[in-house]
Amino acid sequence: MNTQSAAFPAPSSLQVLPGTERAQAAYPYYMQFTAADDARFWFYNSMHFPEPMSAFDMVTAEAAYCALGSSTTRVHCLPTTLGIDYRIINGRVYIGGNAVTDPAQIARRTGEFQQRAFYYYGNWERLYAQWREKMLALIREAQALPKLELPEFEPLANVHAGRGIAANHQLLETYQKSLEGYFRMWHHHFEFLLLGYGAYMTFFAFCKKAFPEISDQTVARMVAGIDAEIFRPDEELRRLARRAVDLGVDDEFKEGRTAQAIMAALGTRGAAGRAWLEELATSRDPWFNINVGDGFYHYHRSWNDDLSMPFAGLPGYIARVKAGESLKRPIEKLQAQRRQLIQDYRDLLGSEEERQAYDQMIALAHRVFPYVEGHKFYCEHWYTNLFFNKIREFGALLAAHGFFAREEDVFQLTHYEVEAAIIDLMTSWSNGSPPRGPERWPQIVSERRAAIAEWAKHGTPPALGPVPDVIDDPAIVMLWGITRESLDRWLHATSDAGSRELRGFAASSGIVEGPACVVRSVEEIARVRQGDILVCQITNPTWAPIFQKIAGAVSDIGGSMSHAAIVAREFGLPAVVGTGNATSRIKDGQRIRVDGGRGVVTLLS
Amino acid sequence: MGAGAHIAWFDEIGLGDREQVGGKGGSLGELTRAGIAVPPGYVVRTSAFERFLESLEREAPVRAAVAALKADDLESITACSRALRRRMEEAELPGEVLEELTAAQARLVRAGTEQPVAVRSSATCEDALDASFAGLQDTYLWVRAAAQMPERVRSCWASLYSVPSISYRLKHGFPEERVAMAVVVQIMVDAGTAGVMFTRSPTTGDRSVVTIEGAWGLGSAVVGGEVTPDRWVLGKITGEISVREISDKLIQHVPAANGGVEAVAVGEERRRAPSLSDTQLQELGAIARQVERHYGRAQDIEWAIDRHSGAILLLQSRPETVWSARDAAPIAKPQQDPLMHVMSIFGTRRCP
Repeated sequence: MNTQSAAFPAPSSLQVLPGTERAQAAYPYYMQFTAADDARFWFYNSMHFPEPMSAFDMVTAEAAYCALGSSTTRVHCLPTTLGIDYRIINGRVYIGGNAVTDPAQIARRTGEFQQRAFYYYGNWERLYAQWREKMLALIREAQALPKLELPEFEPLANVHAGRGIAANHQLLETYQKSLEGYFRMWHHHFEFLLLGYGAYMTFFAFCKKAFPEISDQTVARMVAGIDAEIFRPDEELRRLARRAVDLGVDDEFKEGRTAQAIMAALGTRGAAGRAWLEELATSRDPWFNINVGDGFYHYHRSWNDDLSMPFAGLPGYIARVKAGESLKRPIEKLQAQRRQLIQDYRDLLGSEEERQAYDQMIALAHRVFPYVEGHKFYCEHWYTNLFFNKIREFGALLAAHGFFAREEDVFQLTHYEVEAAIIDLMTSWSNGSPPRGPERWPQIVSERRAAIAEWAKHGTPPALGPVPDVIDDPAIVMLWGITRESLDRWLHATSDAGSRELRGFAASSGIVEGPACVVRSVEEIARVRQGDILVCQITNPTWAPIFQKIAGAVSDIGGSMSHAAIVAREFGLPAVVGTGNATSRIKDGQRIRVDGGRGVVTLLS
Repeated sequence: MGAGAHIAWFDEIGLGDREQVGGKGGSLGELTRAGIAVPPGYVVRTSAFERFLESLEREAPVRAAVAALKADDLESITACSRALRRRMEEAELPGEVLEELTAAQARLVRAGTEQPVAVRSSATCEDALDASFAGLQDTYLWVRAAAQMPERVRSCWASLYSVPSISYRLKHGFPEERVAMAVVVQIMVDAGTAGVMFTRSPTTGDRSVVTIEGAWGLGSAVVGGEVTPDRWVLGKITGEISVREISDKLIQHVPAANGGVEAVAVGEERRRAPSLSDTQLQELGAIARQVERHYGRAQDIEWAIDRHSGAILLLQSRPETVWSARDAAPIAKPQQDPLMHVMSIFGTRRCP
């Protein structure tokens, strides 16, 4: 293949699907493609946004890229890169990096970087402890936001207190605080992230040079924490399974029975039933504030909001407890294994100098990794759930005033439009006229829902525009795992649709054959049957209960550090991630073979 | 039981004895000492060669004749080689050597079993010169008759005076008085599967993997490049098998009825079947690590699996030379400020 002339389609050649033009126009002007964008390279961020984005959910892209770019461009001043640009078409988010190429600029930024990033590395534990406090305070602020109320008359107490601000104003204040909090959360999210990944990548690159054939997963195993927060929700589930057996109420957990039915039944089981329900309450706060996706979509509901996911995992765990398994992760043993692994590779190095460099690099990787693993629970899960649920409250209020039919419809409006609707409602409450929204929004909401359904039916190119000679933006390499090699693979995949093989990253070794269950959205998880091979756009550690059912996993997107890989290894399941197009190439029910050691998926039927 | 002056059993010798037992003999002795299974055998020490040479030198010069040759005078080298080899093959073994050899052979091969043996050259200068020198001397496989032994031993000695061997020494200016030859005699392994393995990746130099190549039958088909072997890459530490390339193995070497080996077609059902099981791969991997640890450096190893007992036996282990020679500069050096390491990620543009 002539890589020089290789190119993906130009952004301008991508058509907005017929009938969805108005839905496309609803996204703010600064995220629409223009002719000038044709000269640049863009790639589809299917890792974070694998499904078409509703108008409101684009707030996640805005807030995240604002914060990511601040960190790389202006706070820590990465020498060779500025921030990330983003565009949306047909509900798909494309992003592109801004490389710094002028040597003088790089030199200047290097000086700044070392004063800033090195300070963070040097004071990591203190700053990270401070980060947790900030993050918990932010969570408490979001939890403390008032309930939304529009009483017929302003409460007398407020009037006598001379408050001087009426109830309708609190709607705007609460909405703006919610939005502000979400943007702030994303700044916290990126405060350490790039530095953390960079320290990890430093060690990773060294290992790849010293041991060219070492697998990504082996390096990840040397660095990954054993007791990271992200494992905790699943551990709580295992604990609840053990308690159900201890308390003798495990017979209530039958496959296929709803969470509500089980909890109702436990309510009639006297002290033992009550004891288990108390254990459940303990686990739920905060560990069930984990959602079934990456937290980037309003419909990634948390375990707390939808108990069906955690409860779906309980019968399997209970069966294992009864079969004599403790289900406790052998923390000390895993730690000892990790120490041994690090030592064994160290012994193989060629010289004492290399061993000292290795020690320095892994020490830094270990220092930063708790953040890399831990932040997700607080940011993408806990806080994001609070935020979307608060917006949902606005949806309920607006629906109650006839703006649209259901509270979920609020997510079909952009965050600007939600604010407009709130002000419309505030005005109506204040002047006694009916709000204007009920005439306007129902039609728009149904149009946008139809557009998303239409967009979801069609694929989208993995990348747009000219292929750069090198991907040397460290942020893009680190966060998306995109390299020149992966682009070649994508270019190849589009011209190689007849092949029976798909290639990706070898995420978790082992070979398995079985029927594919192609899951395109989180809502389809329930279709997964025992022994299926899960084929999805991106896997998520919160799908852990599903992992005990499946025989293997394949994803479109994901790299060496994807949590999918970690969970697959925990469960000893063969997994191939980052195939680029498994969900479109593999048909539901098709027999496939997953070779997780080689990173190859073979279509068998 | 102690051997005579001219014979040494594998368990009596090691790498330190190479002056007397040659490179191959020393290596087999060393492996035996390290607890690695090798086919049993003995070495005819260089002292036997020296005794033999003494009697030849009394008739007419041998070493001096070679030393007088010019490296670029192929005609003279050929004439000298032909004359020396004929003299060696026609001369009788010294009586004491013949006696000890006969006794050792009788002890190695129990009467009536006719167990075949390999007779291999084991020159003392193998280490001093590079690995390709070792291949220039003769090896005789599947020798079945004890009566042939004196002749085979003499042929090995004579191969030290082959044209390529003499040329090689002349070209490298290696002093003739330091050239001597021991001969290794060991039981042949009737291999069901055999091959080679490297304790560093031959393609990338990676020290954390063992590359194993194997095919059906005797290892000579693999070593001689007559079959494309199956190939596996095994993590030394993880035990993970990251590469499995199963090739179409058209032929295999088997012992020929009248000595030597012959190539036969592999049956259809076994051609594309893996020649090693995962368990065998792991066992080989463990042996590779044991050998590497024993020597303290990367090794190229020849192995065979006995068709009857299933035992894994090592035929040879040599230090790896290609990648070891390249290991000059460290991949990274320790930094005064350890944080400077991150600049390798953040600080530089990767050039196309």
